[in-house]
Amino acid sequence: MDATSPASPPVAAPGRLRRYATVYAALWRNSIVREMGFKTNFLLWIVVELLWFALQLCFVAVIYQHTERIATWSKWEVVLLMGASQFIQQVFTALFFTNCSNLSELVRTGRLDFLLLLPVNTRFVISLRHVDLGAFVNAASAVAVMVYAAGRLGLRPGVVELAAFGALCAAGVLIHYSLMFLLATVSFWTVRAQSIIWGYHNLFNVARLPDAAFRPGMFKATFTFVLPMLLVANVPVKLLADKLDAGWEVLLLLGMTAVCFAVSEWGWRRSVRHYTSASS
Amino acid sequence: MDGGNERPGTPVSKYWHVIGIGIQNTLVYRVNFLFRACFGLIPLMATIYLWRAVFRSNPDQASVAGYTLAAMTSYYLVATLVDMLTAVAEDDWQIAADIKDGNISQFLLKPMDYLTYRLCLFAAGRIIYTSVALAPVAVLLLVQREFLLLPADGLTAAVFAVSVVLTALLQFFVSYTMALLAFWVLEVSTFIFILFAFEYLAGGHLFPLDILPPPLLAALNFTPFPYQLYFPVSVYLGRVTGAELWQGLAIQAGWVIAGYALARWVWSRGIRRYSAVGG
Repeated sequence: MDATSPASPPVAAPGRLRRYATVYAALWRNSIVREMGFKTNFLLWIVVELLWFALQLCFVAVIYQHTERIATWSKWEVVLLMGASQFIQQVFTALFFTNCSNLSELVRTGRLDFLLLLPVNTRFVISLRHVDLGAFVNAASAVAVMVYAAGRLGLRPGVVELAAFGALCAAGVLIHYSLMFLLATVSFWTVRAQSIIWGYHNLFNVARLPDAAFRPGMFKATFTFVLPMLLVANVPVKLLADKLDAGWEVLLLLGMTAVCFAVSEWGWRRSVRHYTSASS
Repeated sequence: MDGGNERPGTPVSKYWHVIGIGIQNTLVYRVNFLFRACFGLIPLMATIYLWRAVFRSNPDQASVAGYTLAAMTSYYLVATLVDMLTAVAEDDWQIAADIKDGNISQFLLKPMDYLTYRLCLFAAGRIIYTSVALAPVAVLLLVQREFLLLPADGLTAAVFAVSVVLTALLQFFVSYTMALLAFWVLEVSTFIFILFAFEYLAGGHLFPLDILPPPLLAALNFTPFPYQLYFPVSVYLGRVTGAELWQGLAIQAGWVIAGYALARWVWSRGIRRYSAVGG
């Protein structure tokens, strides 16, 4: 499924990059046009997401009515974590979420045929076809919460720290994307998209909790080394709040990002090899 | 429920038939259900561990917000159980789709009541979901058994059972009414999610409501939300007793009747509009 199939002439790397940038710009334009066709719905979905975010913050507020700390985490540190987790989740939603959850539908209806024939990398076009613009609004509200929480904590991060934070958040987005894409490809045949979406939302719930709350055990090991939900938002926030125990946590996050992406690529290639269109 | 123009001898048995068909249809989704049930345990475990960390962080207190560690863990476990038995899964989407696609037209001709028909399908769905989800949930209960409290006595257990049935009915009527919005708007999912967000907080999915400041709890008690989950769970845990128990049960029954009336009323309004559009 590579762009360098015999049919298309070999293109130099910079030219290829420009071509993909052009394609992606066109996908963005399409998404904007599509979203603006349903303005009320667009706004209502933003409200829904904001409401659920507020809900999570309520939970934190209520818990901290009854305790000073959860393990080593103070109230505003957890709020910062919730903000970061929401930010990462929303950026992931904006770029990838709809596309991943649509994959099983593409398989069921056989429309994947069409995408396989396009002269671009199929995974690229499947993963980035739709852009969910509303999610960027919600990502902005998450940033606002983070800024406020950082202010309450008296954090004054420098440019280098912010850049590192951003890079780690990007790694988190990539982890979410790789895992959900893997989930979508593995469950090609048995499970409907609705359940995949629902299943993944449960994983988000783990990502916004402080890792120190979990004692070493099966649960913590699974969500650190298999489905690294406890790294995705925790590591960037610990960097920002000077809570990192050691540098290895950062390396672990980056390493797990690479592993997750590699595994999802492997799963994708396997699934496509087994793909036999829909009966038509 | 108006059996006026039905042939005698069959009014009840036909709905049993619907349940049977519903069971057969939902059996198709058993893998989905298992998938859902298993994934649903992840945030549950996470929340239980989070509370455990809260208790560890306050070692000098035996209870936090009036809950011991066992009571708090039991709250979430029993809430999961009640949710498994009563939550509306896809019924609201299906009802909305039935209205949008015009499938309800046939029910206007048949001697079958759409609400009762839907209630039967809801019951069938819950039976199948419960029997599939029981395995993973039972494993969890077994793992957490040292923290699982049992009802204090037989009466508590019985009232709990009644309250769970009322919860299921309330859940259904609320979702049914929300889905009927499809008579007026094209896309009901956002409204359903907005209501669900309120229910998630005010119903006690996130945390037991009595750890909230008392005035807030008092305000919530005027809404139907606590009766959609929190009430049966607190009955189970013995946190409502005596006169409060019977009063709560009566209020819950009141909300069920109100929900039923509202569902009927909205349906009759919607049908009027539906005929106008489709006619």
